[in-house]
Amino acid sequence: MAVMTYREALNQALREELRRDERVFVIGEEVGLYDGAYKVTQGLLKEFGAKRIVDTPIAESGFTGVGIGAAMVGLRPVVEMMTFNFALVALDQIVNAAAKLSYMSGGQFNVPIVIRGPGGPAHQLAAQHSQSMEVYFYHVPGLKVVRPSTPADAKGLLKSAIRDDNPVVFIESETLYGIKGEVPDDPDFTIPLGQAVVRREGRDVTVIAYTGMLYRALEAAEALEKEGISVEIVDPRTLRPMDVPTIIGSVRKTHRVVVAEAGAGFAGMGSEISAFITEQAFDDLDAPVERVTGANAPMPYAKNLERAKTPSKEKIMAAVRRVCYANGS
Amino acid sequence: MAKTLNHQDVAPVIEPALARKLLSQMMLIRRFEEKAAEAYALGKIGGFLHLSIGEEAVAAGAISVLRPDDYAISTYREHGHCLAKGSDPKRVMAELYGRRDGLSKGKGGSMHLFDKTHGFLGGHAIVGAHLPLAAGVGFAIKYRGEDRVIVCFFGDGAVPQGEFHEALNIASLWKLPVIFICENNRYAMGTALERALAETEIYKLGRSYRMPCEPVDGMDVLAVRDVVARAVERARADGTPSLLEARTYRFRGHSMRDPAAAVYRTKEEVERERLRDPIVLFRARALESGALTESDVADLEKSVNDTVDEAVAFADGSPEPPEEWLLTDIYKKD
Ligand SMILES: Cc1ncc(C[n+]2csc(CCOP(=O)(O)OP(=O)(O)O)c2C)c(N)n1
Ligand SMILES: [Mg+2]
Repeated sequence: MAVMTYREALNQALREELRRDERVFVIGEEVGLYDGAYKVTQGLLKEFGAKRIVDTPIAESGFTGVGIGAAMVGLRPVVEMMTFNFALVALDQIVNAAAKLSYMSGGQFNVPIVIRGPGGPAHQLAAQHSQSMEVYFYHVPGLKVVRPSTPADAKGLLKSAIRDDNPVVFIESETLYGIKGEVPDDPDFTIPLGQAVVRREGRDVTVIAYTGMLYRALEAAEALEKEGISVEIVDPRTLRPMDVPTIIGSVRKTHRVVVAEAGAGFAGMGSEISAFITEQAFDDLDAPVERVTGANAPMPYAKNLERAKTPSKEKIMAAVRRVCYANGS
Repeated sequence: MAKTLNHQDVAPVIEPALARKLLSQMMLIRRFEEKAAEAYALGKIGGFLHLSIGEEAVAAGAISVLRPDDYAISTYREHGHCLAKGSDPKRVMAELYGRRDGLSKGKGGSMHLFDKTHGFLGGHAIVGAHLPLAAGVGFAIKYRGEDRVIVCFFGDGAVPQGEFHEALNIASLWKLPVIFICENNRYAMGTALERALAETEIYKLGRSYRMPCEPVDGMDVLAVRDVVARAVERARADGTPSLLEARTYRFRGHSMRDPAAAVYRTKEEVERERLRDPIVLFRARALESGALTESDVADLEKSVNDTVDEAVAFADGSPEPPEEWLLTDIYKKD
């Protein structure tokens, strides 16, 4: 085990997979000479050269399509979106090509591509640069969608994504790049896609959260412990395919659920999770599932409005108390 | 007897009023952004802040030939365009601060300045995305039979993006009165022009779309004025669009988070480009030609500094937007 940042863990995953498989290459804006806008690809150009670390013009639809085409005939591209906001420019390529080529060709073609980069709300970057992007992708059959929350997960899941034979949308957290954690050294360490993890064991209530919201939930759980409420926290890690059994298992244990997500609530991740809990574990519930979500508004620039838009530890605590029918401030 | 020509004789005549206007406009943009950089360092402005220091002649020159009822649209590096279009520096600064009295009530910030009363159609932060919008504004102008025009500012980095090509083709095909002005500062973030474009003489791409096109020294405010004036005349006459390439340079980093002379360009290059400072050059020309005196320039400078100080004080004094505003303006309500 080595302690490293989330950013370094991603860098290591890329480096190991580039070494392991000649077909893997990295393509995107500023990934080479500039060492990555967020430095995730730092040093890769130096080690692997310009053939495998490919700087592109600003042309998201174009270079994503290049990646998909190359994947159709056997390469394994890792496409970097400088930030996931710009993936919307390439949405047609991702949704209409990458996701559907296997199906439309009756299984003749598969698209082993990873589309990765930072996403989620950031600090005062306003409406076009600060948003939860996973919703645009997890609706689509044919795509896998990952949101890693810790350095070890970032590494293990990215390696699995690169080795996967299907298109994987891998959305890192812009605000977590600097966090540190223990990461296994074994170059064959991977975490399978589609496996949730229980981050914290508890008895009274299950909170489901990932990335920034996971950390708010952990803080909330610490504080609630002092009020006598024992919180279990489940991090889905992969949003599609979702590890439903792990979540249902936790619900059967605690009988109460809060889903926290940073994005706007309408048709968000919480909607889907509440739906399958209702379908599969209705009789186990002692309270309706609560969702804590970002406000249904684009992200404002002003600091105070941004704070109001984003779910806080306090809002998660309040929701937990409500599902536990516990009074308290 | 043939008289020896000296510099005085060849310097073109500049109208004093015009010289005053152009110089003060450029100085205002410069001073405004220097103060914004200070405020950023103090944490009063957050997020991304992109300065146009070095590129002022493009905004000032181009917009100086527009009528007040013409439109302008730009990128996230748009403080200069917005100010030149006539927006109140106080409200622009308040927007950068994220305050209630900002142009967009503090909801947009530095990258999203909008000012409907001055025909400023925004600050857009997805590279290339606003070029089709400019064509759409041209479409509406033509639809209504007006003789207005729109100038659309964008960087060299937008040229490889599909929307650049889609917008140029549509504008030319349908004769939409759009003046596309590429502010070619030779870098898109850390990517030098020649690493991003197969055709580095950007203006020539206009030819593929059968659109009048020309390059111009973007550090020469009068030269910018001339080419844009011609393009505006064509657009007003019969809707002919143009592609202009203003060759300029950003003296600072890409944003406040990027050092001025980073890995992608040398200190020497930045120093060399600084010798083309559009404000220094134009001031010298205005003085030499006799359009302005030293004391005129000193007066202008003082008035610009006062304006910017007032803008900063105004932004500092403006309250945060009320929290209810989080949920307003998402839809238009009657
Ligand atoms: C579609 C899209 N891709 C990437 C970015 C990130 N980005 C912001 S500015 C920029 C460089 C743009 O350069 P240029 O168009 O030359 O304008 P300049 O910054 O030089 O004024 C990049 C890559 C973005 N905002 N939008
Ligand atoms: Mg540029």
